[in-house]
Amino acid sequence: MSLTSDPPATESVVKDPPPTPPAPALVVVPVRHPWRWAAVAATAVLLAQFGHGLVTNPGWEWDVFAAFFTTETILQAVWVTLQLTFHGTALGFAIGIVLAFMRLSASPFLRSVAFAYIWAFRSIPLIVQLLFWFNLAYLYEELSIGIPFGPGFVSFDTMGLVGEMGAAVLGLALHQAAYAAEIVRGGVLAVDEGQLEAAASLGIPRLRQVRRIVLPQAMRSILPNAANEIISLFKGTSIVSVMAIGELFYQVQVVYGRNGRVVPLLMVATAWYVLLTTALSVVQHYVERHYAKGSVR
Amino acid sequence: MSSVTTADPAAGTATAKVEIRSVHKHFGPLHVLRGIDLDIRAGEVTVVLGPSGSGKSTLLRTVNHLEKVDGGTVSVDGVLVGYRRSGNKLYELREREILKQRTRIGFVFQNFHLFPHLTVLENIVEAPVSALKRPRKEAEAAARSLLERVGLADKAEAYPKQLSGGQQQRVAIARALALEPGLLLFDEPTSALDPELVGEVLDVIKDLAASGTTMIVVTHEIGFAREVADTVVFMDEGRIVEQGPPAEVLDSPRHERTRAFLSKVL
Ligand SMILES: Nc1ncnc2c1ncn2[C@@H]1O[C@H](COP(=O)(O)OP(=O)(O)OP(=O)(O)O)[C@@H](O)[C@H]1O
Ligand SMILES: [Mg+2]
Repeated sequence: MSLTSDPPATESVVKDPPPTPPAPALVVVPVRHPWRWAAVAATAVLLAQFGHGLVTNPGWEWDVFAAFFTTETILQAVWVTLQLTFHGTALGFAIGIVLAFMRLSASPFLRSVAFAYIWAFRSIPLIVQLLFWFNLAYLYEELSIGIPFGPGFVSFDTMGLVGEMGAAVLGLALHQAAYAAEIVRGGVLAVDEGQLEAAASLGIPRLRQVRRIVLPQAMRSILPNAANEIISLFKGTSIVSVMAIGELFYQVQVVYGRNGRVVPLLMVATAWYVLLTTALSVVQHYVERHYAKGSVR
Repeated sequence: MSSVTTADPAAGTATAKVEIRSVHKHFGPLHVLRGIDLDIRAGEVTVVLGPSGSGKSTLLRTVNHLEKVDGGTVSVDGVLVGYRRSGNKLYELREREILKQRTRIGFVFQNFHLFPHLTVLENIVEAPVSALKRPRKEAEAAARSLLERVGLADKAEAYPKQLSGGQQQRVAIARALALEPGLLLFDEPTSALDPELVGEVLDVIKDLAASGTTMIVVTHEIGFAREVADTVVFMDEGRIVEQGPPAEVLDSPRHERTRAFLSKVL
């Protein structure tokens, strides 16, 4: 019974141990992952096959791709796409920030207005909304400012006021604003309540609290989602092609409608989308790093 | 509101008296403050003791209107907090006016609540620049001398996460002092700290007490209360059970509940 509790020390006292040889250096054998290697090999074979196909299959028509990749029309279309993205994002997030703070405000009126807006614009399909703006002139030929239901003082020709590009930006921005609002609201809610109490107890003016204390901290959780939205809007601009605006996807369709080279022209558009999305991701990385100031993660 | 501003924040600041009159506060069905009356003379240090949930934090938060009272009044230096009186009516102040009142009252939180994305210097300078419209240069110079006062002159450019808890709390105290408040409120300033860091923060607060700023300190540090307090207030279940000089309340409490509480914490 007492065997287990016998201290091993007694043994060493009894037997005089021979001088132990220096312990050999231990070798660590890492865990092997044979299936990983199998998966890598299989993927490599598939990629090689695909790559081989890209190069040897004449159907890709790389000469046509090269000829069109940087032509004037395509470059102009890329520029239009970038403009749509930029203005849609800027206006969309500007409205979104306002909506987010309306939803967070103490005023039941502001809260309901923001809620209703977000509900409406998340419910209406973007394409329907865009077509609606495009056809606004059909519904209201002119807009006038004046007494409600009474005579107007100033009036505008609707299409002249909005314009095709304007209608597209408006449609994208209003749609974007609903999503941006929820992203911004989520970011603001993630900021510790103690931060607001500290700011309030220091008497920092309300707007300044938002700009200096809340938003910079909210940015950390807003940014990844916002980048998603911007990239998705960037590619989503292709939906504007239904309004015959010369953005990238529309222009590509026009060109292959003329020359029938569908595949290489789709590749032209794809390559531009990939290139610019990559650029956006790089920008995202640096912006996120900026807002990580003072954080350990 | 007195408008005394001294160029050097380390020099004596105007101190305020506090009058709390039959303050009541409910959280839903919970009656948290049940008629609190308390007078604090200018320059006095009042330590508030009491078991958890007795309403100490709530009382402190009503003094700078972080918590709105349901009944009664609080006034700091003769000025009502959160309301304006006209005849027999109390008009609620707008948020802007309340924020302005708070610049005369410093608040130090249990969990510091420093702004993590701003450096120590930016944390301290923020309120004087944005709320008091001080020139940034001037505010920064004042902030640096405050940092020296709390023993952190070399940490001006650090971010809060790079500091120990005790250092963060000392920065939070400097941040509150930057507004040159006439009244300082501390809500368990050392409760979130490791035991070996408590001393450095208490030393700073003792220093302030000696400089003659009115202070209300909620704490469980009985030794600190004995040494620094002019008045010790014991609260239980939303009422002030007993108050008086530390020698009386701490060494010969008259109420059973005070005695029971002290026997647990001492
Ligand atoms: N915002 C709130 N909503 C609902 N109940 C609250 C709120 N704040 C505090 N309470 C309740 O009010 C009572 C008093 O809280 P208070 O924080 O003032 O106690 P305390 O004396 O500071 O306690 P502690 O020593 O634990 O900090 C507690 O029962 C608490 O649960
Ligand atoms: Mg408390």
